[in-house]
Amino acid sequence: MFRAIFPGIAVAPFLIYTFLGLGVPVIAVVINAFHSQTGKFTTANIKLVTTGIYRLGMYNSIKLSLITAIIPGVLGVFLAYAIHTSRSSWLRRLTTTASGVLANFGGVNLTFMFIATLGSTGVLTAWLAAVHLNPWNHGFSLYSFYGVAFVYLYFQIPLMVLVITPALGGLRPAWREAAQNMGASNWRYWRYVGVPVLLPSVLGGMLLLFGSSFAAYATAQSLTTGIIALAPIQIGNLLDGNVISNEVNVGFAIALGMLVVLTVTMVCYGLVRRRASKWLR
Amino acid sequence: MAEELALEEVLNESPVRRSGRRRRPSLWRTVVFLFAGLYFLLPIYAGMKFTLQDIHGHFSFGAITSLPHVAGFADAFWLSMRLAGATLVIEAILVVPTAIYVHLRLPRLRRLFEFITILPIVFPPIVLILGLTRAAPLWIRASPYMLSAEYVILSLPFVYRSLDAGLSAIDLKTLTEAARSLGGNWVKTVWRVILPNLRPALLSALVLSMALVLGEYTMASLDLWTTIPVWIVQFQQGSNGHIQIAASMMGLIVTWVLLTVIVSIDRTEARRRKATKAAL
Amino acid sequence: MTFKRKIGATLAAGATMASLTLVSISGSAPAGAATVNWSKVTHLTKSGPTSLAALVKAAKKEGKLNVIALPRNWANYGALLDGFHKKYGIKITSANPDGSSAQEVAALTADRGRSSAPDVIDVGTSYALTAQQQGLLASYKVQTWNEIPASLKDAGGQWFDDYGGFVAIGCNTAAVTCPTSFQQMLAAKASSNYKIGLNNSPLQSNSALAGVQAAALANGGSLDNVKPGVDFFATLAKNGTFVPTIANVTTVENGATNIVIWWDYLQATGISPSLGSWKVFVPSDAALGEYYSQAISKTAPHPATARLWEEYLYSVTGQNLWLQGEARPVELAYMQAHNQANKAWLAKLPSLPAGTTPQYPSTAQIAAAATVVGNNWATEVGAG
Repeated sequence: MFRAIFPGIAVAPFLIYTFLGLGVPVIAVVINAFHSQTGKFTTANIKLVTTGIYRLGMYNSIKLSLITAIIPGVLGVFLAYAIHTSRSSWLRRLTTTASGVLANFGGVNLTFMFIATLGSTGVLTAWLAAVHLNPWNHGFSLYSFYGVAFVYLYFQIPLMVLVITPALGGLRPAWREAAQNMGASNWRYWRYVGVPVLLPSVLGGMLLLFGSSFAAYATAQSLTTGIIALAPIQIGNLLDGNVISNEVNVGFAIALGMLVVLTVTMVCYGLVRRRASKWLR
Repeated sequence: MAEELALEEVLNESPVRRSGRRRRPSLWRTVVFLFAGLYFLLPIYAGMKFTLQDIHGHFSFGAITSLPHVAGFADAFWLSMRLAGATLVIEAILVVPTAIYVHLRLPRLRRLFEFITILPIVFPPIVLILGLTRAAPLWIRASPYMLSAEYVILSLPFVYRSLDAGLSAIDLKTLTEAARSLGGNWVKTVWRVILPNLRPALLSALVLSMALVLGEYTMASLDLWTTIPVWIVQFQQGSNGHIQIAASMMGLIVTWVLLTVIVSIDRTEARRRKATKAAL
Repeated sequence: MTFKRKIGATLAAGATMASLTLVSISGSAPAGAATVNWSKVTHLTKSGPTSLAALVKAAKKEGKLNVIALPRNWANYGALLDGFHKKYGIKITSANPDGSSAQEVAALTADRGRSSAPDVIDVGTSYALTAQQQGLLASYKVQTWNEIPASLKDAGGQWFDDYGGFVAIGCNTAAVTCPTSFQQMLAAKASSNYKIGLNNSPLQSNSALAGVQAAALANGGSLDNVKPGVDFFATLAKNGTFVPTIANVTTVENGATNIVIWWDYLQATGISPSLGSWKVFVPSDAALGEYYSQAISKTAPHPATARLWEEYLYSVTGQNLWLQGEARPVELAYMQAHNQANKAWLAKLPSLPAGTTPQYPSTAQIAAAATVVGNNWATEVGAG
């Protein structure tokens, strides 16, 4: 049956669905970014978001997303590998589902858990204070840029573990044995076989992490209540808040800015990925 | 049959067992697990500690036991379950056949589809829901299943990649040709040969989708639907902070238990099948 | 090809059916003998088809009321909802209890046509103005319209203030010696163990913005100059006494914050009940008050119950129930003059410190303050 029809038709429903689900919202965002609240065409929104506090918000978001893509990316690979090569299958089963749940965890709930742990009266703070190592007395603050990054690790690392584990399965143990039989050290195995094979997936994972961190909204908002300017929070203030009631379209302009940043990131990822893939074959 | 078994082993078991070498407990793995355990478990401990206290700081289960009686929980739970179900149905109808088809008939387009399915990362959920609430016609916006439709897209990077990895790991061409030459039609081939071999990938996709639906907050709250994550944040019982934290801790733990049970059911089935095969 | 065409046809049929259903739902006159179109009624008459008795009858026939973003422990809304239901037997659906004013206004457009669309909204006044500009509100003047001060309602009846309160300092007397003024908080160093919190970001929350405006009043600013308020919190942050996370009953119980700046009535019902040592008072150097606003949706699915609800809220019973929630009902001045206010509940209101004159910012001043805070909060109060 499939052979009779032009092969492309069978995947048309999927492509149409994806286009509708992604394309329609994006077009709406673009249109609204270029219109004022009363419906007139204007570039004022775009001009506004490239200056001042909105530019700072975009800059902070990019910086935060880069940090929370690369560091958890690397840590996630190590953790995933440690789990993948462990003997107990129950550990692997447990951590697979835990990664799935934690990767989608965040917001007010996560904020409170960290306040209860590392806040000024937190559990860990109390333990450390008992040995005179109270982090708050040494310049640490949970409610700072790096505090937020630290909290982001809680869902970024599991996300990386989720994404990289299937790729680890592609690292055939036979290759490892072959390398060792030929006298290669651990280091050489990883340098010439392991890393090149994993690199495209690791980069893909980091791209996912960047996107996830860039889009994260509720966690930073509840943790720092606006003292750190971040793009998604600024959108939320304008569209979902209780204060500024008539600058909704500025929110759409910020959203457009986010789309631009992410598109540029995707392009960079594509270029780097193509180079990394040269290692294979 | 033997090949199927070996493939299953590769997919399910640790590669170490196949090589027959015993792994020494290495130092770096201990260090990794130690730090990971501390980082992930301490906040849960701190949250649970607060949950199990009452207003005066004494140990108490009160916060947890009052949860089932709270208004709105049952509705939110039922809504989340319906959304998860709808998401899975759409994925089963749309994503799984497409993945199989691309692997079988359009291998040269695999790269393109990899790109398309990683595209959703570029679109933050907050942007998607903004656009949807403006652009979607009223009859779509009026239904909570618009969220399900978007959840399918949001989970594409994970679900499609999981299926992709699973399909790459099995020798799809040989299997399908063998099944077809033995007289099976396409439906039977897919249902009885391909899908069973994809069981781990399908299960992984199911778990990832459910975890996403049960944890997604931004889109549901901006679209004004009270799903479980939204309910947990909105919920206020009198003015007792312990109950609100109890709700969020229970949400986390129950979701995790639910998913572990789903995964475990499959393991016991697979083990039973293997035992029957081994007996033959 | 046929497959796709079938889908197209089904979609078209479904859309047609859906729009026909929507047209019949949104038709304003309910089916039956009633000839009054309640969505067009702008005030009640003493007798006849638009009297209170007729309204009650029509409302009972509609039988349902949709409200949005009304937490039960916010200004005693729980008692108001229960009281209305008990008196008239009307079923109330309370959606999204923790929603924001923006969500309420968004729901007016987004939910139009759904039978679950909100009938009435309770929002910050600037949002009522926005909704009015977008033509989303119906004109309606309650029977006690003249008891509402002129500055606290729209002359055309599209929105009207309901209750309000003052920015207050809440303090855990068991953990710290309480400051009585903003100046005292400003002068305190980290050794004072002050952990001062706002209920949310002033860019998101009306009450937090009011807190910044109140700080401005105490720090040499005015309702038109909110920058000193931002400087106030910047100094607190530098001193290490400001905790920039969302402060609520949970952080207070946990100890992360021991002083909270928030509306007096919300602290009274939100924090005080679970902490015997929690004291709420209006600061001695700034008394900033604000009211929220009620409005009826122009496309309310239940126009009669919506109007009956407003009559209930602005009756002596309703206004007193807000008083019980330690909020100041908008008709309080009239009620006090006519001996209608419940004396016991009146006594529990936090008193204004001697020598302070309450100040009420206008929506224009609030909007201007929002812009200044929006541009400076992150760079001044944040570490950068």
